[in-house]
Amino acid sequence: MPIEQICTIVSAEKLNEFAWSFTLEAGDLVKREGLRAGQFLHVKCGAEHLLRRPISVCLAQADEPVDLVRIVFEVRGEGTAWLSRRKAGDRLSVLAPLGNGFECGEKDRLLLVGGGIGVPPLLGQAAYTWGRSVAVLGFRCAERAMLVEDFREKCTQVVLCSDDGSLGHHGFVDEQVRRILAKDQTVASVLACGPKPMLRAVAAAAAEYGVRCQVSLEERMACGIGACLGCAIRMADGTMKHVCKDGPVFEAEEVDWNV
Amino acid sequence: MSNPVELSVDLAGVHLKNPVVVASGTFGFGKEYGAFYDLSELGGICCKGLTPARREGNPPPRIAETPMGILNSVGLQNPGVDAFIAQELPELKRHDLAIIANISGNTPEDYGVMCEKLSAAGVDMIEVNISCPNVKAGGLAYGTRPELAAEVTAIAKKHASVPVMVKLSPNVTDITEIARAVEGAGADALSLINTLRGMRIDVHTRRPILKMNTGGLSGPAVLPVAVRMVWEVAGAVKIPILGMGGVSRGADAAQLMLAGAAAVAVGTACFDDPFAPLRVRDELAALAAGQGLDRVSELTGGVRPW
Repeated sequence: MPIEQICTIVSAEKLNEFAWSFTLEAGDLVKREGLRAGQFLHVKCGAEHLLRRPISVCLAQADEPVDLVRIVFEVRGEGTAWLSRRKAGDRLSVLAPLGNGFECGEKDRLLLVGGGIGVPPLLGQAAYTWGRSVAVLGFRCAERAMLVEDFREKCTQVVLCSDDGSLGHHGFVDEQVRRILAKDQTVASVLACGPKPMLRAVAAAAAEYGVRCQVSLEERMACGIGACLGCAIRMADGTMKHVCKDGPVFEAEEVDWNV
Repeated sequence: MSNPVELSVDLAGVHLKNPVVVASGTFGFGKEYGAFYDLSELGGICCKGLTPARREGNPPPRIAETPMGILNSVGLQNPGVDAFIAQELPELKRHDLAIIANISGNTPEDYGVMCEKLSAAGVDMIEVNISCPNVKAGGLAYGTRPELAAEVTAIAKKHASVPVMVKLSPNVTDITEIARAVEGAGADALSLINTLRGMRIDVHTRRPILKMNTGGLSGPAVLPVAVRMVWEVAGAVKIPILGMGGVSRGADAAQLMLAGAAAVAVGTACFDDPFAPLRVRDELAALAAGQGLDRVSELTGGVRPW
């Protein structure tokens, strides 16, 4: 059940020109409410913004006296710009835990595929399957890269790609997904988060090799808890589901990729 | 120590233990916000708008933030009236609050059928939506033409055995004209305002944010419009008014009541603060107590216009 929690920012770190990492003191959100990576926090971004901003949980750690939660976000508009100006010691109102998160077993070998600000929500899965999973991380350019060392520590292999060739392979992540799936039959599931065109391409690649693919989606959101029906996503069967309550993680084969 | 202010109000014969209800479309059928507090704390709930059959609603994006407001183009996504009665209503009825079902139809007959089903299922009141800006057929068309509004109201009244409240659109030149027509057709109460039609454009892509291009504006930005329209309508009809539009504080609710509302609805404010309806209730009670009132209903129509 979601609750409102006032979280104190323990540390605020700028990862690159657009991305920030906050570690929050989060009360008992992990221990008692079961918050985990891949779910999201609905963060109040000042009185001047009517809507909270949904921010994915990067890492959720049960701790004493209070749990610690790491979020990574990119400045996209006025709300996230407000958030980026917060400092260690500031307090944030969040609604959490919200959404469903990825489904995977501790013993699973996962193929984690992240693009841009879609990279951070996968870090928790890398930690959960420590020493088993492979990550393919795509960025626009070398300057936009983030969390690469965090993934290297937790994954057996990290493959980097960039749109402009300034980092790792020059090209999109789905090429690397195909290359890996072609020679590795032990991948239990592909977990992907990033821009929708990337997710569509990764879903197609996973389907070619018959590997389960879970995607974390985003949509403009209001209430965050399933009441207002704002953040709709069309499913392959024509019905609408909602990122906040049914997602943000969906089975790729259930999503209508043609809209 | 003075006695606490009496918070209960009467809305066309429907008892509300406090004057704060939640607005249709912002609160689902209650269960999501029921995770935060007991729904019995509320005076009532205007449920998510129902149609005769399930509707999937409009394509996304459906939400855009604006200065002190929100545009939406959800488009009446709902499970249909039968699914509401079978799956949602029993749970809602376990709580002590007025249950107000909100209905939209494509034809006057649709309204009649839904009124019969919902009356039989035991809702406390029916809110007839003739003002949804986000659907092509019916909806707003009924709400902008007095003769059609009257026709829908008369059919709803004929088929309903519980009080009928008609929800008015602000997207008209003279709201009192529609209000009088609906009162004349037998409506027991009025609710206003629904959202104002609006639009927001991304200047870089030159695309509207909403996939439907336009949507309905709600939030604090619309409060002064709501206060003005409640005041105008209160001067034009004798039936009670449920006032809504941008209420996020007790003083906002008091403004609507002073303008003539018997009760108020909180909507968009819940997205920011799930506890907003309870805060509005408590702030309103404190405001009334501070003014030495015995009953919060003494605020209704108390404005002293120049």
